[in-house]
Amino acid sequence: MRILDRTKENIRTIRTAGRLGWAMESNWTDPFLFAIYSIVRPLASSLILVVMYYVVTRGKTGMDLFAYIYVGNAFFMYVINVLFGVSWVIHEDRDHYQMIRYIYISPIRMYYYLFGRGIAKMILTTVAVIITIGFGMLVLKIPVNLLSVNYPLLIFSVAAGIFIITCLGILLAGVSMITAHHSYALTEGMSGLFYLACGAIYPIDILPVWLQYVSKALPLTYWLELVRRSVLGKSVSPTLGGYSDVQLILIMAGTTLVLALFSHWIYRSIEYIARKYGKIDQLTSY
Amino acid sequence: MNLAVETFDLNRTFKLKKAKNKKENGNNDGKLIALEDANIKIHQGELFGLLGPNGAGKTTLIKILATLLLPTSGRALVDGIDVVKHPERVRKQINMVSGGEHCGYGILTVRETLWMFSQFYGIPNKVALRRTDELLKILKMEEFARTKIGKLSTGLRQKLNFMRGFVCDPKIMFLDEPTLGLDVQIARDVRAYIRTWMKKDLERTVLLTTHYMAEADELCDRVAIIDTGKVLVCDSPQNLKKSLAGEAVFRIEVPLDVNGMEKFGQIAGVKQFAYDHKSHLGRTELKFILEEESAISNVTESLSGNGSKIISLSKMEPSLEDVFLALVGRGLKDEN
Repeated sequence: MRILDRTKENIRTIRTAGRLGWAMESNWTDPFLFAIYSIVRPLASSLILVVMYYVVTRGKTGMDLFAYIYVGNAFFMYVINVLFGVSWVIHEDRDHYQMIRYIYISPIRMYYYLFGRGIAKMILTTVAVIITIGFGMLVLKIPVNLLSVNYPLLIFSVAAGIFIITCLGILLAGVSMITAHHSYALTEGMSGLFYLACGAIYPIDILPVWLQYVSKALPLTYWLELVRRSVLGKSVSPTLGGYSDVQLILIMAGTTLVLALFSHWIYRSIEYIARKYGKIDQLTSY
Repeated sequence: MNLAVETFDLNRTFKLKKAKNKKENGNNDGKLIALEDANIKIHQGELFGLLGPNGAGKTTLIKILATLLLPTSGRALVDGIDVVKHPERVRKQINMVSGGEHCGYGILTVRETLWMFSQFYGIPNKVALRRTDELLKILKMEEFARTKIGKLSTGLRQKLNFMRGFVCDPKIMFLDEPTLGLDVQIARDVRAYIRTWMKKDLERTVLLTTHYMAEADELCDRVAIIDTGKVLVCDSPQNLKKSLAGEAVFRIEVPLDVNGMEKFGQIAGVKQFAYDHKSHLGRTELKFILEEESAISNVTESLSGNGSKIISLSKMEPSLEDVFLALVGRGLKDEN
């Protein structure tokens, strides 16, 4: 009964925070402009990569590698947007709206609140990924066959990816509690690190050996490989290509568990420090 | 009687930055003592006031009780629950309203804001909507129910902040300067609502911090006077004022340009002295607590000798502000 009540409480928190997050994401302009922005922004960022790819390779590397880069880049939008959506909440609630003290002393669990606030970004990113992949199929002739996409694996992978990125977001939210508005740079820096190390736009095999160890310790590496396999049906990376889907899922589950525990520990520790030094509702903007 | 709040030798110090420390605190070891051995007991159903000037430690105490801040040492129980060990359990019993205009997210309407916070506190939808309607009506905010917070005036935002606290109907409410900066009528509405809310359920408890002594006098069952982190005295407003019964309190108005005011405290028969410059009225209000009434002649002679023109002189019934003056040796509005 107690577990059921807690689950209800947590779902209510996610739902309410989700509505707040959606209002913040969508209420800054009129719906038409918002729709245009939501379509144009992901396409523009993908096209930059396409142009860079053709300038550098002159199209000599073949469609397989281009599809690898394009799909990886499209799904990496989840990392950038959801990580920012979850971790930026602390700064936004503390400095901009100055409501964090009231949120913090309410009987909700902050993890669920942070996740809920990130939901709007998750929805918008899902739309952006669909638009980007669709554009790639229609205009750039990315070899995606909608009938042969492994949808169960895709849905599972996206859900797992959102969980992984939320864990990372909660970790950064913890750090934001004791840092000033530098946390913006921190989130961008982390995204950049993952972009470099997780095989988003090139196989991890080309990285230096020591950096490959870092890649293999990050669940995002396996997540990106799984979403690519589910969409494109094959792997380009010699290292990750040696694993079956089930093996990849198990490795991803293991590394995710370690990440979740680490994220929980960091968040709770920093929350304690913030409470000890009176930083929960301290204004840092200047 | 059950205790809603109980503190045991509660201390809180803050480390100061080096430059600030040297400039402002001299030899204080880089520490600012915000609370020092604070022992307070607030009974269930009580409207308890915590009075003191800015920087006295009122907000620090509220932050500790509301689980926003950890004490440096000592212990605090809210509804019998330790605020350090079980903050999650404390949060189910409390809410807090701080003065100021930050009341919600600018993109939400008044009604959406109240609904959102009611959901965070697990209030069933129907109850939340009914309570929201009641609060909107009582605090005369009905016409702004669908207005976005970003478009509200400062006074209305403060009202909404107040409603946000009460829509959750907590067992123990912490009100930190809730009427700070409010206009007279809105402050009156707020005080009236606090009284009504308390009467509806005898288990409800309010801890009110304020530096408006008249507000505390009007509302509170008991008050504690706090200064530089120390709780100086705790009793009912009536008993505190009775403690000055043997003394005479006089208010004298003089022009703004009076010199040598620091010497007024040394006039024979003067127990305590404070002043308040009222620039908008072009005069300074002097307040004297005298050992006996006859000492007023020494005061008027001294003022005349100083070349000060007396605009008005009146004897007053002791107020909580006078109690503070008698205890601390300065008025609430004195800068030092």
